[in-house]
Amino acid sequence: MYNFDYHRPKSVADAVAALKKASDGKLIAGGQTLIPTLKQRLAQPSDLIDLSGVAELQGIKVDGKTVTIGAMTKHAEVANSADVAKTIPALSEMAKVIGDPQVRNVGTLGGSIANADPAADYPAAIVGLGATVKTNERSIAGDDFFKGIFTTALKEGELIVSVSFPAPEKAAYVKFRNPASRFAMVGVLVAKTASGVRVAVTGAGPSVFRVKAMEDALAKDFSAKAIEGVKVPASGLNSDIHGSAEYRAHLVNVMARRAVEAAK
Amino acid sequence: MGEKGIGARVARKEDQRFLTGNGHYTDDLQRNRQTYAFFLRSPHAHAKIRKIDAAAAKSAPGVLAVFTGADIAEAKVGSLICGWVVKDKNGEPHKAPPHPALALDTVRHVGDPVAMVIAETAAQAKDAAETIAVDYEELPSVVNPAKALAKSAPQLHAEAPGNLCYDWELGDKAAVDAAFAKAAHVAKVDLVNNRLIPNAMEPRAAAAEYDAGTGQYTLWTTSQNPHVTRLVLSAFVLGIPEHKLRVIAPDVGGGFGSKIFIYSEETLLTWASAKVGRPIKWTAERNESFVSDAHGRDHVTHAELALDKDGKFLALKVDTIANMGAYLSTFATAVPTYLYGTLLAGQYTTPAIHVNVKSVFTNTAPVDAYRGAGRPEATFVLERIVEQAARDLKIDKAELRRRNFIATDAYPYQTPVALTYDSGNYAGAMSKALELADYAGFEKRRAESKAKGKLRGIGLSAYIEACGLAPSAVVGSLGAGVGQWESAQVRFNPTGNVQVYTGSHSHGQGHETTFAQVVSNHLGVPIEQIEVIHGDTASVPFGMGTYGSRSLAVGGSAIVKACDKIVAKGKKIAAHMLEASAADIEFKDGTFTVAGTDKSVPLAGVVFSAYVPHNYPLNELEPGMDENAFYDPANFTYPAGVHVCEVEVDPDTGVASIAKFTAVDDFGNIINPMIVEGQVHGGIGQGIGQALLEHGVYDEKSGQLLSGSYMDYTMPRADDLPSFDVGYQITPCPHNPLGVKGCGEAGAIAAPAAVMNAIHDALAPVGVQSIDMPATPARVWQAIQQANTKMAAE
Repeated sequence: MYNFDYHRPKSVADAVAALKKASDGKLIAGGQTLIPTLKQRLAQPSDLIDLSGVAELQGIKVDGKTVTIGAMTKHAEVANSADVAKTIPALSEMAKVIGDPQVRNVGTLGGSIANADPAADYPAAIVGLGATVKTNERSIAGDDFFKGIFTTALKEGELIVSVSFPAPEKAAYVKFRNPASRFAMVGVLVAKTASGVRVAVTGAGPSVFRVKAMEDALAKDFSAKAIEGVKVPASGLNSDIHGSAEYRAHLVNVMARRAVEAAK
Repeated sequence: MGEKGIGARVARKEDQRFLTGNGHYTDDLQRNRQTYAFFLRSPHAHAKIRKIDAAAAKSAPGVLAVFTGADIAEAKVGSLICGWVVKDKNGEPHKAPPHPALALDTVRHVGDPVAMVIAETAAQAKDAAETIAVDYEELPSVVNPAKALAKSAPQLHAEAPGNLCYDWELGDKAAVDAAFAKAAHVAKVDLVNNRLIPNAMEPRAAAAEYDAGTGQYTLWTTSQNPHVTRLVLSAFVLGIPEHKLRVIAPDVGGGFGSKIFIYSEETLLTWASAKVGRPIKWTAERNESFVSDAHGRDHVTHAELALDKDGKFLALKVDTIANMGAYLSTFATAVPTYLYGTLLAGQYTTPAIHVNVKSVFTNTAPVDAYRGAGRPEATFVLERIVEQAARDLKIDKAELRRRNFIATDAYPYQTPVALTYDSGNYAGAMSKALELADYAGFEKRRAESKAKGKLRGIGLSAYIEACGLAPSAVVGSLGAGVGQWESAQVRFNPTGNVQVYTGSHSHGQGHETTFAQVVSNHLGVPIEQIEVIHGDTASVPFGMGTYGSRSLAVGGSAIVKACDKIVAKGKKIAAHMLEASAADIEFKDGTFTVAGTDKSVPLAGVVFSAYVPHNYPLNELEPGMDENAFYDPANFTYPAGVHVCEVEVDPDTGVASIAKFTAVDDFGNIINPMIVEGQVHGGIGQGIGQALLEHGVYDEKSGQLLSGSYMDYTMPRADDLPSFDVGYQITPCPHNPLGVKGCGEAGAIAAPAAVMNAIHDALAPVGVQSIDMPATPARVWQAIQQANTKMAAE
């Protein structure tokens, strides 16, 4: 790890100010990706701005049919929230399978989606549930948030404050873990919502994506059988020592069917 | 058997300190004025070093010294050695290209050390290393052993034309050919034994210190065999006299073979400690371990088994290409030869066997012994081909094995591949294993799985290993550079407690408990009064260390011999004290008694008399109670057994999960069943890891290690493993005093074949013929797709 200057602001405004002032500053939330990156000397920020002291980024609020989660809320808090479990069981279940207990007790929602790891779980929930990301500057529709591998719609100096998830009629998240890293090799969130069916896939490609053919088939008949024959093209999907693009494409179908069956 | 004697499940004495954070590992060491080393390593698989510019590093903050290959060569630091000379088909010794501790003009694998930086802090050493400019000229590389022998393959060493280290054979080829000519059936398999990366919990580490006053070097190192490390560094590499080099292997967190070897880092630290005049410490980072620890396995094999019409094995022929990596590690040459070819008879009466092994150099980390070392590879070949034959001939796989087992009354049994088995009961282990595994009920379970859309399979592995390394004369005749006896010293203190020194290092095996049980059993001293000491060349008699499941069979036997000497001397002292003839003194449960009388004296009283010899036969007997013994085994030991694995495959995802795993092992007598079970469980865990999860993968184009971290190298985890059903077939070893055979490697040897046979059994109904380890979900799914496509085409 190289040296850096450390800041622990108390407000979003102070955090943004510190970030703007730094020559090459980085925000740190749970640090589940950033800390290993620093330890391996793969990044050399001038300043680290730790968001753990910013109270306005914390907490879970349920307002009728909307769950709003502060950016610095830990995965374990989401997983253990009775309100989340009651309002959006799929979100609760998803949080329970992120990483391992250590990761869930340190990693945060905002950190995860700002990092936009292609194998992270949260992107499937953001897109699959049609969530809205609120930043210090604006609101961004979940569908527009992820722009590619480790790339988001966030601009320089922009900071995630919270994410609002509308409750679906029913939904489920099912993932197939990479055998080594246990990250999502393929994670599929299927949701039946007021505005239609959403099928969001994480892990399989460079960034989360929706499978329109499945959404159309499920809109007509929300059953596993309805999508059995819907093939996801392998082109553009990830391929590595753990599995080919074809295998991942196949797993998208298997996981989607399992998610439809598990939806509640 | 007492509560804590032989056969008792004594809780491990050493766990108190390990589990409470009170262990003392190499990295815990803090020497006065200690400095830190960092090794700059090659980012390329194969490259010429045109120039190294280390000027900036030398003047970087905190830096004391920077050394490169040129400095090492100038100081005449010797090449790292391979200590086992394997002779090829023509009697020529293996090709032994130099292995400089720092690359001189060529790097040959990713991670090959290029420079050593020593600084006041580890971070300063690392910072400085980043400023070293190495001008590399990249060369083409080869990582796949099967491709290394191609004419067009990049060449690694001028000393080894064609990348060939040796072309070795064992067995009677003419007899094998004749048997194949009359065979009713020939079973064939093509197998890859996947490369494994050891991943001990504690990474390798070392610290070295030079005392300018005495000229004494001290090296702390994560070693399984500190005396062997000292011998190699003294006699071959650094030239420091043995009496001026003290090697200490303190608590060591797992080795699995990877810490047998003598590596660049501890060699250079020792050398540099005098140059710099301050203690130097180095601890591998995990990513360094991945690229610089000696890896395991990495064979490509074609094998054929000839059978008669009744399923009797007539002959076996095996052709293997074994990967040595870029350089020869300390015992690399022996692993795919004398620890592999000699085991190919397995538990069977196969009368003719021929094995040919070509060992090759590639641009990968060196490959050497890893838990099982050669024997897992042999078992995998044999047990896979036996089940292939059973499938071909539609004979029950257990029955086919039974027809070919060596009979229980056939010992000593001379195999056609050099070994003489001493004892065994293979049919007995088989019966027990099948019963424990409910083999008879399998088809019902297969049907139940099928009803759920799952594919269930069962596989066996009837393994044998040669352990208790080793009769020195035998291994000497086969090219070993060392003897393989073990030492022991049993030293009583005047107050009656005992220090037991063993040359057999413990790094997770529980020697401090098992060996104490042996001593307690033989001398009647309570286990709490026995301290087992190992790992320091300054206090422990020269010993050969821990590998090849040898500690109890060889080291334990040495302890028994030393105990016998204590008793023999004690009898003489007791005879004096009790005014009787030594011939009339009996020793039992810690007490010397005049036979047929109630006159007795406890061992503690005899010991006290030996140290306070006021009333003592000083004209006949030396005072003191401190005995040494060395034990050289008469033969190898031959642990054997049958493992049964049942898998359930989800054809939708390709996930193969272990539904049931049964192990019945014959380790001879058992001292501590709890420790033995732990060893069996751990070994099976690693075996399942090899079969389903672990794979050291180098990129065929770039030579980069693709599985260089836990993000990509799949270590087995608790939820990958079932609860194991473990049983024993006990046939005591006839030639060592404890009747023990060794248990450390059995699981890793037996399990891969059992798992893979189960997977082949599960996938056979859907047309899958062959699948390589590790049978990852993607591979299983792919194999099913290919079989579907093939079936559709047919």
